[in-house]
Amino acid sequence: MSTNGKSSMVTINLDGNDVEVPAGINLVEAAGIHGTEVPHYCYHPQLSVAGNCRMCLVEMGTPMRDRATGEAVLDENGVQKIGWIPKPIIGCGTNVSPGMHIKTKSPMVTDSREGIMEFLLVNHPLDCPICDQAGECRLQEFATDYGRGYSRYVERKNVKPKRTKLGPRVTLDDERCILCSRCIRFCQEVVDDDVLGFVDRGSFSTLTCFPGKELSNNYSLNTVDLCPVGALTSTDFRFKMRVWFLKESPSVCTESSAGSNILVSSREGEIHRITPRRNDSVNDSWMTDSGRELYKQVKSDNRLLSASVSGNSLNLSEAISSAIDLLKGKNVGIVGSCRSSVEEQYLLNKLSKNLKAKKFLRGHFGDDDGILLSADRSPNLRGNLVTGFSNKYPSDVLPELAQALEKKQIDALIVVGEELSESGVDLDDVNIPVIFLGTHQNKTSELSTVVIPTLTSFEKSGSFINRNFRLQSFKQSVPGPAGLLPDLHIIVSLINGLSEDADQSSDLASIWKQMSKSTTNPLHGIVYSKIPGDGIQLDGAKWDSLPFVEKKALHFSPLKQTQSA
Amino acid sequence: MIKKKTPKERRIILKHADNPGYSNKLDCYLKNDGYAMLKKAFKMKPEEIGEEVLKSGVRGRGGAGFPAGMKWKFLDRKSGKPIYLICNADESEPGTFKDRQIMHKDPHQLIEGMMIAAYAIQAKQAFIYIRAEFFEGARILEEAIAEAKAKNFCGDKILGSSYSCDLVVHRGAGAYICGEETGLIESLEGKRPNPRIKPPYFPAVLGLYQCPTIVNNVETLCNVKHILEMGGEEFSKIGKPNNTGTRIWCVSGQVQKPGYYEFECGALTLGEMIYDVCGGLLPGRTLKAVIPGGSSSKILRADERFSGKLKDGTEFDWGIDDIPLDFDGPTSAGSMSGSGGIIVMDDTVDMVEAMANINAFYAHESCGQCTPCREGSLWMKKITTRMCGGGARKEDADLLLSVANQIEGRTICAFGEAASWPTQSFIAKFRDEFEDKAQNGSTKPPLQLI
Repeated sequence: MSTNGKSSMVTINLDGNDVEVPAGINLVEAAGIHGTEVPHYCYHPQLSVAGNCRMCLVEMGTPMRDRATGEAVLDENGVQKIGWIPKPIIGCGTNVSPGMHIKTKSPMVTDSREGIMEFLLVNHPLDCPICDQAGECRLQEFATDYGRGYSRYVERKNVKPKRTKLGPRVTLDDERCILCSRCIRFCQEVVDDDVLGFVDRGSFSTLTCFPGKELSNNYSLNTVDLCPVGALTSTDFRFKMRVWFLKESPSVCTESSAGSNILVSSREGEIHRITPRRNDSVNDSWMTDSGRELYKQVKSDNRLLSASVSGNSLNLSEAISSAIDLLKGKNVGIVGSCRSSVEEQYLLNKLSKNLKAKKFLRGHFGDDDGILLSADRSPNLRGNLVTGFSNKYPSDVLPELAQALEKKQIDALIVVGEELSESGVDLDDVNIPVIFLGTHQNKTSELSTVVIPTLTSFEKSGSFINRNFRLQSFKQSVPGPAGLLPDLHIIVSLINGLSEDADQSSDLASIWKQMSKSTTNPLHGIVYSKIPGDGIQLDGAKWDSLPFVEKKALHFSPLKQTQSA
Repeated sequence: MIKKKTPKERRIILKHADNPGYSNKLDCYLKNDGYAMLKKAFKMKPEEIGEEVLKSGVRGRGGAGFPAGMKWKFLDRKSGKPIYLICNADESEPGTFKDRQIMHKDPHQLIEGMMIAAYAIQAKQAFIYIRAEFFEGARILEEAIAEAKAKNFCGDKILGSSYSCDLVVHRGAGAYICGEETGLIESLEGKRPNPRIKPPYFPAVLGLYQCPTIVNNVETLCNVKHILEMGGEEFSKIGKPNNTGTRIWCVSGQVQKPGYYEFECGALTLGEMIYDVCGGLLPGRTLKAVIPGGSSSKILRADERFSGKLKDGTEFDWGIDDIPLDFDGPTSAGSMSGSGGIIVMDDTVDMVEAMANINAFYAHESCGQCTPCREGSLWMKKITTRMCGGGARKEDADLLLSVANQIEGRTICAFGEAASWPTQSFIAKFRDEFEDKAQNGSTKPPLQLI
């Protein structure tokens, strides 16, 4: 579906109407483009076609040609006849061809769907009231939409294992499994960790882990999202919350520079789970298990919930005033962050310009898993490059800061989130005021003069630039802790408090107006509110020579920073 | 046991098999002109052999009856990928036991036929996929292949030519579905034998290891040898047009002399087979029904009339005894000749119980990959088992029919039809017996106390 040039379109007849669809796509996708649902269980746009659920059966015909001569066979009106295939065919495994006719609402199709729905339910426990999938279950949805609504089954149902632990995070109920094999294909094709398979045969086929193996890879929870029924459930989330109570907000995962698109599900200000959001240029429909855990930091014990000056709790505005007093007229050093949003980095850069401050930046690095956990473990390293906060590639140590402190070139320090002792800077013997802006307590915050608590990415809005130089916005999902303000407000207060003529606004739209002004900046012309759900590809060619650490991964190739692989 | 030839039998495939003193050893085969046709084949161009097979009109003996020469034509030769030949020896259809005779009694005939076919399609490697239960057959074939290799009839540089093709016996693990060619290929690759979706996985293009592959039945491959011997033209004169060659029919059920009989296609009728060749029914019994082509073909009722038009336009009006035994005869009668397994049922047979037996087989053998067959076959089994256990209901006949209709034509492979055709035809033809069960039995299922 990547091309949409006229030449690559074909015309098919969908339920009596001629419509244009991209060549080469299958019938489920083709019908979907034109708003017609072809129900399916086993088909997934990002997995291989299995064709086993048979729910997507449609009626198909092609223009008739004489077998011997190859000439079109015409009816009495001179129109080419359509040769309808007498049996229904699977929409997922059949690709469009010019002139193809499809019926998705004919009696044959309706009857097929009713039959398949009945078959899928004969051995299903029908235990929706106690099933965690209820509310987001394809069996429920399609049974209502395409089923007969009653059962003719009076025999005993098959008995299969319940509450099987497939791994540390996934629980399986085999009786609910419809054997669509999505989870198996996912493990084979996406994670390359072939641990799931079917044993036994016929209606007694059972999903299980291979002996001695377990479903423990860092993508195991995607099988839960993929499972169209209540067979695979998240051990962490199951029975915690009915899904219809949850509010879903689009966001971006902050685990690494992969920038997986996510949905944050919350109820009354409390986050209950994180699931991936489809973005075919970034994360397809997947995300890491470790990324799903990140919401727990919102309520973690070491969260900074109140501002303090010299260890005494104060309210936020008092703390900011103290910070301004401490910074005034000093040689300031600013330690920025690869975890801040683009907007925060832009303002921090502005602050450092106003104060003629020395800028420092450290990176956070780990192992690259080749999929969606990249070696750069921060969501927005490239934001520092684009906003101009930094023009070189950060390392995980800050020898220049240590040196500057030693030589007493700095007599006040602003630290955004970082733990300096981890990066080779010892604050114990440094006798200068340190202003710490961050969400969680660490050694640096403990040694800081002023501690100003900030918000996590779930509690504020902004944007990140991922490893592909793709700009992606995230929206506030839940309100922050009482009395706290977004980081932008805090930085803006510092800017306005420290220079007399400054009149910086903390409004995202006006910050973007400033950021997008320069024609030489990759952000030129971008309006925050118009950043599409799947992001904007920026031109990062300017930074091609930097030693980026990311390795080849899903939709990412180190050689082509600016393009999706 | 040595079988006496019945008068009209014409044995080509089983020509020597039951002769006194004939063994499955190579020296015996060579004494009977064995491997002469392989030598002849190697003097021909591969495509010439293909032409002969196409001319012969020989149709596949595995069940579907698709012309073998045509199948070879579909082979994708341009891909540059290696070509594979597989002999489907997974003979598992209830009522069929012909391939086993060939493999046990005349294994070299199969090897010769396969090597000719392999040369004709220029196969890189050939396999015999034999069902797990044929352990004796596998042993015999392995010995025969070793003998043939020692004499250079297969393996490296066959008959001193530049063509090499190894032949390997692969034993299945005991699943009927492995007889379905794409299921067989999956199994041969070491996976669960889940049949593949077509398109795109037509074996002639994307078969074994995603390479072009030909899968032929044992009897079909043996025929290749005889086609070469007599020439495609001559072979096509055996039997009837579009029904060429001989067929080995396997008769089982309540006849005096069940067994296997090789006849020219269309040489005799079903009645002649039952009454003349097989010695008729057991004393005092009358014919009730016949399943003409293995358990998956539709049942024929003894008192039915079959009428209509043949492909050549001639009209016919047959009783069950008049159905000609070839490919098209049973098809015209609304069933099929399938794999040649004729199952004869007399008036002592309870049709519901027979149905329950067949349903149990298909429920047990469904691979479980696609929904209709997986759930439908077991459901039908549960219904017929309940009916036989005294829990029959009036509506069960309609329910069975409806379930079968929900399977047919909606599955990945032909197993769906194999599982639903018996039920459809049993209900269509013996509905009264299914309804009687309900009247004589209780009206609701008995409570199973636990």
